[in-house]
Amino acid sequence: MIPLSEPGKSFGQRLKSALADAIIAGWIAFFLFSLLLGVRTVDKVTGLTLAPRPGLLAIAVGIVVFGRLLLNLFVWQAEHPITTPFAKLFTSKQFERRDLIVLGSVAFVSTLVFIIASIVHAAGFQLVAACLLAFLGIGTIRRVIVYFFPNLPYARIFTIGGIAFAILFPLVSYLLEKAFHLGLPLRYLFDLSILVLTYVMLGWGLNIVVGLAGLLDLGYVAFYAVGAYVFALLATHFGLGFWMCLPVAGIAAALWGVILGFPVLRLRGDYLAIVTLAFGEIVRIILINWTPVTNGPNGISDIPKPTFFGLPFSAQASPNFASFFGLKYDPLQGIIFLYYVILGLALVTNLVTIRLRRLPIGRAWEAMREDEIACRSLGINTTITKLTAFATGALFGGLAGSFFATRQGFISPESFTFIESAIILAIVVLGGMGSQLGVAIAAIVMVGGFEALRHTAGLQSVFGEGFDPALYRMLLFGVAMVGIMVWRPRGIVGSRSPTIVVHDVKPIPKNLVEEARA
Amino acid sequence: MRPWETDLLLRVQHLTMRFGGVVAVDDVSFEVGRQDITALIGPNGAGKTTVFNCITGFYKPSEGMMKLTHPDGQSFNLEQLDDHDINSHARVARTFQNIRLFPGMTVLENLMVAQHNVLTRASGLPTGAVLGFGIFATVGALLHIGGFARAEREAVDYARYWLDRVDLLRRADVPAGELPYGEQRKLEIARAMCTRPLLLCLDEPAAGLNARESDGLNELLLSIRAEEGIALLLIEHDMSVVMRISDHIVVLDYGKQIADGPREEVRNDPRVIAAYLGVSDEEVAEVEREVRP
Repeated sequence: MIPLSEPGKSFGQRLKSALADAIIAGWIAFFLFSLLLGVRTVDKVTGLTLAPRPGLLAIAVGIVVFGRLLLNLFVWQAEHPITTPFAKLFTSKQFERRDLIVLGSVAFVSTLVFIIASIVHAAGFQLVAACLLAFLGIGTIRRVIVYFFPNLPYARIFTIGGIAFAILFPLVSYLLEKAFHLGLPLRYLFDLSILVLTYVMLGWGLNIVVGLAGLLDLGYVAFYAVGAYVFALLATHFGLGFWMCLPVAGIAAALWGVILGFPVLRLRGDYLAIVTLAFGEIVRIILINWTPVTNGPNGISDIPKPTFFGLPFSAQASPNFASFFGLKYDPLQGIIFLYYVILGLALVTNLVTIRLRRLPIGRAWEAMREDEIACRSLGINTTITKLTAFATGALFGGLAGSFFATRQGFISPESFTFIESAIILAIVVLGGMGSQLGVAIAAIVMVGGFEALRHTAGLQSVFGEGFDPALYRMLLFGVAMVGIMVWRPRGIVGSRSPTIVVHDVKPIPKNLVEEARA
Repeated sequence: MRPWETDLLLRVQHLTMRFGGVVAVDDVSFEVGRQDITALIGPNGAGKTTVFNCITGFYKPSEGMMKLTHPDGQSFNLEQLDDHDINSHARVARTFQNIRLFPGMTVLENLMVAQHNVLTRASGLPTGAVLGFGIFATVGALLHIGGFARAEREAVDYARYWLDRVDLLRRADVPAGELPYGEQRKLEIARAMCTRPLLLCLDEPAAGLNARESDGLNELLLSIRAEEGIALLLIEHDMSVVMRISDHIVVLDYGKQIADGPREEVRNDPRVIAAYLGVSDEEVAEVEREVRP
C-alpha cells in the first residue's frame, strides 16, 4: 500500500497515492457491501433465494471511491485543504485571500442553487443549499461579533440569556398566542420544554456524581425511580400533596444514594460502573415484582398534580387557579405552571451545585476525581466525600423523579429502564463533565433536538412521503455522539473554571482535568 | 543518650511489614526528634517507602508500634489510625515519590483542598447538614457569609503565605498540571504544609531536580524547620541533600535496619558503605567523592 503523501510531493505523486488509496477503499467497500447491499433475500415458491442488486452495490462503491479520491485530493493531501476556510469561521485565525474567495464562491453558488431549487421545487437541493448558507451565516456572524467585541464574557452572556429565555418563553408565547391567535402548537412546545428541563435537571444532578466526584454511575435512573415511586405511593395511599412529598422523595432518594454508596466505596472506574448498573436494574426489578406495594408492571395511576399554594389547576375543582384569579379556564395554565416548577427545580439544582463547588466538600469532590490517594494524605475522609457525592446526586434525581410522577400522573417500571440512565450519562459526557452550561446545552440538543425530529415535515419532502425521521433517530443520535467525541473529546464545553482565584479567572483546559473513566 | 532522644516526636518500634511471604520491612526501630531532620536512606528496594506508607497510614503494619506525641502530651498510635486521621488528628503530612497534585485544579485550589478540615469545621458541613448541629454555619457557608467567609479568607491568606514561601504566588491561578516539574515538587511541599503538620514526611523530594533546584530545596527545608519548628522525615537518594541538611540518618538494606545515628557516624559506618554504596572499588571511590566534598 502506498502511504498517504507528505507535504511537498508533486501533483503526480499525490494523484498516484490518492488513486491507490481510493481503489483500496473501493475494494474494502465492495467486500463489505457485497453481502449487505449486493444481495437481498427474496421469498419465492422454491424457497428463500438470493436476488443480486448490482446497481445499488455499484452506487455504494462508487460513492466510496470518488468520495475518498476527492477527500484525498482536496482535503487530506491538498496543500490548502478546502475545509480550512470553513474551519477558520469558527476560530480566530487570520483569513487569507484564498479563503475569502472559496467562502464567497460557496455562498454565491449555494444562494443560486437555493433560488433555482425554490423555483423548480427541488426540495433536496433546497435543503442542502439552505444548510450550507446557514452554516456560513452562523460562522460569519460569529467572526463579526468576535472581531468587534473580542473580550466580552460570552459564556456568561449565553448563560444569562438562556435563563432569561427559559423564564420568559412560556409566558410571552402564551400571551402572544392569546392576543394574536398565531396558531402556535403551544401544548406540544410546553410539553417538549418540560421534558428537556427534566433532563437538564437530571444531567445536572448526575454531573455532581460523574463530573465533579468522578464516580462513573450507570444506574442513576434508580434514584429517579425511587423519587417517583415515593411520591406516587405517598400521594395515592395517604393523600399527601406534591409539595409535601417533594422533600420526602428527595431525602428518600438521597438515602438510597448512601445505601448504594456503602458497598461501592472501594470501587472505581469500570467496576463501579458495573455495580451501579446492577443497582439500577435491581431497583427496577423490585418495582416490577413487589406487586402488593408498587402494583407491579401495571404501575400507579391517578397521581395528583401540584397546586399553586393550595389552588389546583383542574377544571372540576372549585376554587381552582383560574376562578380564584378571575381568569378564563385554560388547560395550558396547568402546563405552564408545571414548566415553572421544573424550571425552578432545575435552577435550584444548578445553584446548589455552583455553591457546593466553592465549599470544602465540593473541592474535595473534585480533588477526589483528580487523585484519591493525595486526598487521603491531606486528611480528607474519602468515604464521607463519596457518600455525600452519591447522596447529593441522588437527592436531585429523586426530586426530578417526583416531578416526573406528578407530570405524567402515571408511573410504571417501564419508565425507568437502563436506556434512561444511558441518555442522562450521555448528556453529562457530551456536555463536558463538570460543566453546568455544557450539560444544559447537551440536554437541549439530545432530548429537544431528537424529539423535534419526529415532527419534521421538511425532511419528508426531501426523502419522499414514506420517510419517517423518527425511525432514524437512534442512528442520528449515534452519529452525533461519534461526531462530538471526534471533534470535542472533552465535551461541548471543554474547560473547567477555577472555584477561587487570587488574580484573575482563566478556564482550565480539560486535557489537564481527570474524568470518570470506564 | 542520642541528641534526638531528649525531645521525642515519633518512636517507631519493631516495625515489620510483610506482603505474603515477602518481608519488606523487618523489625525496624528508630526515633524522630521534634524539630529534627531525619533521613531514611538505603538502596533501591530497601523498604524506605514501605516504612513511609506505614507511618502515614497507607499500609497497616504487620507488627510494631508507632507512637507520636504532640507537644501538649497527647499521643497517637499511628498503626491504629486511618490514613486521613493520621493527617487530620496526628498531624502528619506527606508528599509522594511520583508527585500527586490535583493537576486540573489551580495552584491555589490545591492549597485550599489541603485546608479541607479547617474549612469544613467552619462550614458545619457535612455534620451540620446531616445531624442538625451547626446548621446555621451550613446556611452561612451556602450563602458565603459569617464564620465560613472569614475562615475562607484566612485559608486563602495562609495559602498565599505558603505560595510566597515557595515562590509560586504569581502562578497561583495556573492549573497545577501546567507547572514545570521543579515547581510541582515545591507546590506539593507547600500543600502538605497547609495541613499544618507537626511531622512532614517527604518521599524523595529532590528526585529529578537539578543542582540549583536541590540547593533551593535544602534552603526551603531548613527554613521550614527553623520557622515552623516541625520535624522532617525524608527519604532521599541525593547525598548532597541528605548529608547537608539531616541531623540524624537511619539506613535500611533489604528491609533491615543497618545503621541509625548522627550523619558523621553513619557516613563512616563500614556496613553502610558496603551495603549502600556498593562494594566495587570504583563505585566506592565515586560515592566517597560525592560524600566528602
